[in-house]
Amino acid sequence: MFNYGYFSFESKDDLLKKAAEYWNPGKVSFWKEAGTPMVIDRREGYFLYDMSGKRLIDLHLNGGTYNFGHRHPELVEVLKSGLDYFDMGNHWFPSVARAAFAEKLVATAPHMKYAIFGAGGAEAVEIALKTARYATKRRKIVSIIKGYHGHSGLSVAAGDERFSKIFLSEMPDDFIQVPFNDIDALEAVLSKRDVAGFIIETIPATYGFPMPEDGYLRACQDLCRKYGTKFIADEVQTGLMRTGVMWGWQGYGLTPDMFVCGKGLGGGIYPISACLTTEECGAWLIEDGAAHISTSGGAELGCLVGHHVIEMLQRPEVVSNVNFVAEFFARGMAEMIERHSDIFVGVRQRGVVLGLEFDHPEGAVAVSRALYENGVWAIFSSLDKRVLQFKPGVVLDVDTCQEIMDRFDAAMPRARELLKTMRRAA
Amino acid sequence: MSEQATLDAPRLSVPDRELSRARMKVGRAAWAARYYKDFSRDAVMAIADAVAKAGYEKAAQFAEEAVAETGFGVVEHKTIKNRLCTHDLLDYYRDLDLVTPRVDEARKIIELPKPAGVVFALAPATNPVATVYYKAMLAILSRNAIVLSPHPAAKAVSSAAARHLAQAAEATGAPAGLIQCVEAPSIPLVQDIMGSDRISVILATGGTAMVRAAYSSGNPALGVGPGNAVAYIDPTAKVDAAARCLVESKAFDNSVLCTNESVAITLGSNRGNMERALRSAGAHVCNETDTGRLRDYLFTDKGFNLDAIGKSATWIAERAGLRVNPSTKILVPVVETPGQDDLLFREKLCPVLTLTAAGDFEQALTFAKHTTRRGAGHSAAFHGEDTDRLVAFSQGVPVYRVVVNAPCSQGAAGFATHLPPSFTIGTGFAGRSSIGENLGPQHLVQWTRIAYGKDVPAALAGIDLDAVSSGRAMPAAPVASPEPATHRRSADVSRDELRRLILEELRSLKGGDA
Repeated sequence: MFNYGYFSFESKDDLLKKAAEYWNPGKVSFWKEAGTPMVIDRREGYFLYDMSGKRLIDLHLNGGTYNFGHRHPELVEVLKSGLDYFDMGNHWFPSVARAAFAEKLVATAPHMKYAIFGAGGAEAVEIALKTARYATKRRKIVSIIKGYHGHSGLSVAAGDERFSKIFLSEMPDDFIQVPFNDIDALEAVLSKRDVAGFIIETIPATYGFPMPEDGYLRACQDLCRKYGTKFIADEVQTGLMRTGVMWGWQGYGLTPDMFVCGKGLGGGIYPISACLTTEECGAWLIEDGAAHISTSGGAELGCLVGHHVIEMLQRPEVVSNVNFVAEFFARGMAEMIERHSDIFVGVRQRGVVLGLEFDHPEGAVAVSRALYENGVWAIFSSLDKRVLQFKPGVVLDVDTCQEIMDRFDAAMPRARELLKTMRRAA
Repeated sequence: MSEQATLDAPRLSVPDRELSRARMKVGRAAWAARYYKDFSRDAVMAIADAVAKAGYEKAAQFAEEAVAETGFGVVEHKTIKNRLCTHDLLDYYRDLDLVTPRVDEARKIIELPKPAGVVFALAPATNPVATVYYKAMLAILSRNAIVLSPHPAAKAVSSAAARHLAQAAEATGAPAGLIQCVEAPSIPLVQDIMGSDRISVILATGGTAMVRAAYSSGNPALGVGPGNAVAYIDPTAKVDAAARCLVESKAFDNSVLCTNESVAITLGSNRGNMERALRSAGAHVCNETDTGRLRDYLFTDKGFNLDAIGKSATWIAERAGLRVNPSTKILVPVVETPGQDDLLFREKLCPVLTLTAAGDFEQALTFAKHTTRRGAGHSAAFHGEDTDRLVAFSQGVPVYRVVVNAPCSQGAAGFATHLPPSFTIGTGFAGRSSIGENLGPQHLVQWTRIAYGKDVPAALAGIDLDAVSSGRAMPAAPVASPEPATHRRSADVSRDELRRLILEELRSLKGGDA
């Protein structure tokens, strides 16, 4: 019996049945078939507990949402204290929490002028794309093939058709996609001087974290400047110290016209996202401040949490911890790739953003399952299932990191076995 | 305006950032310890040498800052203490190898060193920099990471000293985070960290309350209690030399070392000689009136007068209403007979030495036993040539070190004797402590013993032990070691608050730092 006070379920099976009936049959059956039928019950730190009681170390983190782990006590304390004073607030009016948080965010990126808030990453992308159109008076948006920017109108149109076609939401006339790491393809499109914005994840997450080639992002930015296109960095997965610096673009020496962040910004306990813009791009905020409205965007509780998230990330102890975790997995994975080179063929890494490549078109699905069976939860990349997204948190401790490596090593024989079956079936 | 607005208090409660940061420091230390435990002996000694050098260079500057911040002690003497904790300390332990496996072929035993991991160390206000230096050096030599928590009254200089050493260590290849210091310590913070399962051992030097809390934390602890050293001056002693030792010891850093003599006892027949010798060594020997005034000044109804800690003899004389020569180095109140109840027989962390005289050696010994119980397990001194009495004295008093014909402050702490140089003086079982000797790096390492059967063949010589310490240096850190946090003025403890904190701690410890 799982009695939660407000509702209860007889068993995990009972829950799965109801979830399929009332919520999302596709997702319920997908995870069951994938061999990872997780229903997260308790969660604490970097640990998840399935309804069965099975403990999993979380290396999915929902793309960095749980950067600090689940229910980080300090962030929970902040939100609780906020609830004694604030609620979501009234988005029409200036507010102390929003002003303070905006100032704090802008201070992390001095060439920016304004922070515009949303409730999720897609909304922040939406704001960025609209802002680019406003600033350039052009309509077209360019992104990369297999990019991912969210699921709302403009953001989904900017991403892979995997998520837009089914809803007839692709907009091929206004949304153009070019191959990643191909600077000539980008120039061919931008040179027509009718593109409002070029949006790119600093390291494309859903594509499996392929690393931008040396100078690629810089060249993209230069082309944007040359042809009057706004350069937008999607930092939803690369921001918040995950690449070893506050924002991924800082590590590449860029100065985007706008960047968007979300996920971990709300500490995993209150959803909030932001689009930061330069003074020039954000001029609509002077012309018509109510042009974009969001009831839950920039909710004051989220601002309070976000404010504290930034403060925590700036602590020297956290900066140092990120370096230790990154260094640990760099060394550990180099060792693993040697031991398991028959299936494990590549590591893509920047900071605590890692993509692990396996030698099979759906290799990461098998590895994800093998890891799950060995107490580690890491998800495959939706748009490149050869690659496992491997995303350690910024305050992971040494013992848990060692445990992850040990469990990874232990999971490899099972992954090998699963891959063999998949090859035979193919 | 609302009441809250007029009071200007925060409208929301804010989590204790310092506590959170301290926990993160412990996490960072665990990372450093993970890598440092495999360092080779050469790499360890290179780091130790670099840290010693860096510490020596700034010994005088930090001594000055420590006196300015705490108001305790003498710059010149603190400089000496700080320096002693650099090259001298390192030289003392240079040949103690805590890194290389030990092979005992005869007994068919191999011992592999296993460092503790993360050391959490408390440092007192009276010896702030010397303690930081000393404990950091112990951690380095034993391949441990250390997080220091200074006394709030000495936090600025302690953090600065720790940062300075950390930079030197990292520049020589030590992992980032090997030496860290809590920047804004508080009692709840210290209690939280002491109880954390993330630390490996606590080094508690401080007030009794803190030391007891360390032992109650559930973590392994090496804590030591307060002292109340008695010096016995036998008629066989060279009285002038003994007097010089006593004056030198009591004047050293104005007696803030817990090893300083509290009471000098001699025999009645020798008292006159002793007084004369003390006078010529620079002491002001009090008459009955002066003794009374001093007693009244030093011991109030709230206990020992904390204002007097670490102050000079002339400063105290002036406050107590004594007229003394400006060159006076120590004050010597005289209590005619060695009773147990005179307040002047208690610990005094200031240059005041109570002189008394017994009828015979037996009475002196009985008195010494009782008096040192107030500082049980700590130190005592013996001046004289009668070795039978020396043995009887040492056997009788409940202390773990008896300094002979030398100043006790420096002698028991290992600077004027061949005892291990230390600012953490083990007070052993008698003083409710887990160690009875001077704390050294060997206390922070335990050994895994590989033991063959007595009658089975064992070719120990052929075993390759190189893998035990890889000796690899740290890769260049991708990001430099963190800058010190800038303290907001409002977060600083005010002078009153500071006084209150010290009072609070010292009141509970009834005497001083160990």
